[in-house]
Amino acid sequence: MKNLTKYKAFWPTVAFVVLLIFNAFFTKNFFAISIVDGHLFGNLIDIIKNVSPLALLSIGMTLVIATGGIDISVGSVVAISGALACSIIDKRLGFFDGSLAAALIFGLLAGVLCGLWNGFLVSKVKIQPIVATLILMTAGRGVAQLITKGKIVTINSAPMMKQYYFLGAGYFLGLPFAIFIVAIILVGMLMLVRKTAFGLFLESLGINSRSSRLSGVNTDRIKLVVYTISGFMAALSGILISSNIKGADCNNAGLFIEMDAILSVAIGGNSLAGGRFSITSSVLGAFVIQCLTTTVYAFGVPPETILLVKAFVIVILCLFQSQSFRQKLMAWREGKKVHSA
Amino acid sequence: MAKKFFALIVVLTMVLGITGCGSQSTGNQQGDTKKTEESTEKPKNEKLVIGFAQIGQESGWRDAETFSILQEAEKLGVDLKFSDAQQKQENQIKAIRTFIQQGVDVIGVAPVVETGWETVFKEAKDAGIPIILVDRRAAVPEDLYASFIGSDFILEGNNAADEMAKLLNNKGNIVELQGTVGASAATDRMKGFKDQLAAKYPDMKIIASQTGDFTRAKGKEVMEAFLKAYPGQINGVYGHNDDMVLGAIEAIKDAGLKPGVDIKTVSVDGVKGLFEAMAAGEANVTVECNPLLGPQFFKACQDLKDGKTTEKWIKSEESVYRAETAKDDLPNRKY
Repeated sequence: MKNLTKYKAFWPTVAFVVLLIFNAFFTKNFFAISIVDGHLFGNLIDIIKNVSPLALLSIGMTLVIATGGIDISVGSVVAISGALACSIIDKRLGFFDGSLAAALIFGLLAGVLCGLWNGFLVSKVKIQPIVATLILMTAGRGVAQLITKGKIVTINSAPMMKQYYFLGAGYFLGLPFAIFIVAIILVGMLMLVRKTAFGLFLESLGINSRSSRLSGVNTDRIKLVVYTISGFMAALSGILISSNIKGADCNNAGLFIEMDAILSVAIGGNSLAGGRFSITSSVLGAFVIQCLTTTVYAFGVPPETILLVKAFVIVILCLFQSQSFRQKLMAWREGKKVHSA
Repeated sequence: MAKKFFALIVVLTMVLGITGCGSQSTGNQQGDTKKTEESTEKPKNEKLVIGFAQIGQESGWRDAETFSILQEAEKLGVDLKFSDAQQKQENQIKAIRTFIQQGVDVIGVAPVVETGWETVFKEAKDAGIPIILVDRRAAVPEDLYASFIGSDFILEGNNAADEMAKLLNNKGNIVELQGTVGASAATDRMKGFKDQLAAKYPDMKIIASQTGDFTRAKGKEVMEAFLKAYPGQINGVYGHNDDMVLGAIEAIKDAGLKPGVDIKTVSVDGVKGLFEAMAAGEANVTVECNPLLGPQFFKACQDLKDGKTTEKWIKSEESVYRAETAKDDLPNRKY
């Protein structure tokens, strides 16, 4: 038991399993999986599909947080990339003739540019990360509104609509296609941080940025890279979100999702102060959040109490993750045993 | 430390001084204009002169409203003074004060928030200029404004229930996608629908109701969960706005069912996307929440100028659009 709790992935896994067990007893048809139109169909499949955008964001956010930073602009970047991609698909930006490739390239490029901007502000101008990314968080939705001229872009009639819809809501080998994107990105990122020195530099930067710089780590460049990765992830996530609803809704796409992304990282057991990190457990954290959302809908929690229920679960989860709380709990139980004996 | 503190005090007094002077001078100005108006007996404008304090451009719906007002003014040859407040109440108040000084006949305002309007509405009343509230209400005594032009959300809920009953032959299970919890449009559309079911359609039942926050993404996610919790039991979906139903339509398709056929849809708003869905046979009915208030607004203005009284609540002209006519309606949809 002691050995297990050492792993960052332990508590999110426990939370996920507990939620599933709850559903097994209290939510009817939760685990029912059938085959519809050649793909799997059920609540679990929904969780896998709907978690994808958040999972991508949490991967980027983990790297940023590992350096001791934070990126609260991801929600706005989601809106920008979705707006740009949908506008191109729907031929509103005329010169691309509704090309899918152009939509993806420019959508992702927008995210990379946003990330570079954040990285530039943090590493070169030395603005505190939360303030630096706050700028884009506020301005980003405005940029997205400019792209779509303040309207919701619906791509129902676009020629490449089917292909675009496939990215966020299509099925491959019976499973949501989006989760394959997450899997590829996750493996790629794990290779990057575990098979190269990059991950080590990240952790050293998060633990003590001055001493890492003095020992020759190019801390500015690393910061620039992680914010750019986070921007890229946000753009990819924005494309999945807009694809899933066949349209770009600049007011609501990715609204407050930065908070969920940060929460995924925290549930994953990563310290928000930076340092040692685990991408996999952040992704597990995202799964916990999405499982909670789906549970709330499937179980039928009244709308007025949803936020309260979610907050309650998160508080319990965080309490168990806290070592000092666990120790106090243990001590209290030991004390009780002594008394009863 | 002491120095910093001192500097802070100095800055604070300066700021206070400036704002103090500012409010004082505007106060004087108001007094002056009031005096001149009293002495000269406000001259009658030949043409209809209207001031309109719009909120801003936060949504497609509001853009359509603005467009309707500008277009109607041009058509009628009204001298319209239009102000865009960019979502700020102080800008709207400033605009109203300018309109008062310009001596317009009627002032139209779409209040960005409910409270804080008494003073400026009173100034307009003292200057003899009636106020018409457009599409949003203000928490002021009834004698401070002439009319409110806007939708009756409860009626929209009633109409939606009637339409659903026609689609389902008065019998079946309905799931409801609510708007944002606490929004008046959501509470009233829910109440209107529920009350109508209770009064007229005992065999129709809401089996599940969940908030979709007026967004397409949440509408889809909630509908996905409904379809799994009640497999094969859902006959109709009622959405408090069109966007949520547009999301739900995708979820229904994913479940291998035909939206508009296997599961009927009724929603409120009348946005273009839903007309496209109806034309494609994937949605059934939308109950319009009309933003094109221009014609009704200027008619009320003319009445007020001619000395007639207008109704306190002028309900906006709204209609119900069904899939059968969607193809013909589509080219006329502006928003």
